[in-house]
Amino acid sequence: MTLASYNGPPDAPVNAPVDAIVRLTDLTLGYRRHPAVHHLSGGFREGSLTAVVGPNGAGKSTLLKAVVGALKPFDGKVTLHGLTARDIGYLPQQAEVERDFPIDVLDTVLLGHWRRVGIFRAIGRTLTRQAEEALAAVGLAGFERRPIGALSAGQFQRVLFARLLVQDARLILLDEPFTAIDARTTADLLDVVRRWHGERRTVVAVLHDMEQVRAHFPDTLLLAREPVAWGRTDEALNPANLARARMMAEAWDDKAEVCRRSSS
Amino acid sequence: MTLFDLTAGPFLEFAFMRRALAACLALSLGCGPVGVLLVLRRMSLMGDAMSHAVLPGAAIGFLAAGLSLWAMGIGGFLAGLAVALLAGLVSRVTALREDASFAAFYLISLAGGVLIVSLRGSNVDLMHVLFGTILAVDDAGLLLVAGIATVTLLTLALLYRPMVLECFDSGFLRAVGGAGGRLGAACHLVFLVLVVLNLVGGFQALGTLMAVGLMMLPAASARFWAEGVVALALIAMGLAFASGIGGLLLSFHFNLPSGPAIVLAAGGGYLLSLTLGPVGSLRTRWFPGRHREA
Repeated sequence: MTLASYNGPPDAPVNAPVDAIVRLTDLTLGYRRHPAVHHLSGGFREGSLTAVVGPNGAGKSTLLKAVVGALKPFDGKVTLHGLTARDIGYLPQQAEVERDFPIDVLDTVLLGHWRRVGIFRAIGRTLTRQAEEALAAVGLAGFERRPIGALSAGQFQRVLFARLLVQDARLILLDEPFTAIDARTTADLLDVVRRWHGERRTVVAVLHDMEQVRAHFPDTLLLAREPVAWGRTDEALNPANLARARMMAEAWDDKAEVCRRSSS
Repeated sequence: MTLFDLTAGPFLEFAFMRRALAACLALSLGCGPVGVLLVLRRMSLMGDAMSHAVLPGAAIGFLAAGLSLWAMGIGGFLAGLAVALLAGLVSRVTALREDASFAAFYLISLAGGVLIVSLRGSNVDLMHVLFGTILAVDDAGLLLVAGIATVTLLTLALLYRPMVLECFDSGFLRAVGGAGGRLGAACHLVFLVLVVLNLVGGFQALGTLMAVGLMMLPAASARFWAEGVVALALIAMGLAFASGIGGLLLSFHFNLPSGPAIVLAAGGGYLLSLTLGPVGSLRTRWFPGRHREA
């Protein structure tokens, strides 16, 4: 094998379905020249429900940021098929929202209509009803006028899911949506995820709970900076793959050589 | 002497008091909502930094054209905007955070301003500029503050939705806002222009050192009275105007300088709100009332 034809570790998964809604081509992402995701190729099928798992620092959140276009790749590219960045519903890790902002629950959910109303258009009866239905769907009926500062972490996560419901996005990216969330809220929100899957939306979720992944997510991408496995969950999460993912060195090597793998 | 004579009398009797009152009203309308947005963005101290940054521009305007409202206004505006833009630029392209780069640039600007002022330190007119002349505000000055208030309110009404979202969840605005994710940055820029404009308006009336007082004190006080952005802005306007009236009367009856009197009145309003306000004040902390059933 010559360097030019080398495209990943020996048994790297090649997962590039023809009906991919997001295609990753030899994607390398990271910070300060150190890769967090290294030469990842593959695609998320339209309507698929995929868990992204791996040890801390494996590049899971970094991958989602690149898909929404918030991070410029070092190498390779992310291609969206038949949708633009605005068709993506993205739920980042919680810390990024101003939690003590004086805004109530309903207004927060109504923000999900942004693509339809923009800066100027009025939010009429229909759109308001949709937002109320979304709140009911996540179990928060009656919370419309509550300020978000008065919500628990779990309730606030329900609000953000309601906003995603209203957003009506074709591709939904969830970054650790159930971390520090109680079991009942997690179960309710997993129902919402299943509903999206039933509506043929494409869902990608970064998760840590392997039992949850095995129970609810048909596909899995196991990432440990290098892609370890990508495919059906039971195969991707077999003991051999999990052992390989655990061996990933978390620390940067400041003296690491410049990567010479070709970026085709 | 009746209460009416004490409160309404000075305004009925003297035209300069009525002018000062009108200037206070215009300032309150613009500074109230801008201050509220600054507080919500956790940029309260940035207003202070900006008011210092305005100084050298105003001083250069004074050196170039004498005590000309427009020369000093435009000079102050350009200096403030330059500091804001440079600080924003540095925080975007380097590792330095925006507050640190702000501090660096406003200190440079302030030192430059003090240097220029001290070259003409004996000039009484210039001291008026630095410490406020609301009791001597002329037609041009009134038009300027009223114009700034108008521009501020129209702009905020137009860009209300993205500006509030930029404070609340800027990541979401970047994702859904369109314009290549630059709508948030554009709003931020427009907002900084509004801050500088209102500070320039304020220094005509209160002096550069006091201008930020009428912006931040009522906005900080408003947080103890309401929840909701519009309510906060309305309350901040009301408190600012009340401070203006109170400060002018204090200044009239006790022969005090008007700028500090107005800002101290706003400070009194802040202490009162802090102690007695219904939302998260000391009163609600010390006397929360008995808990409810659910």
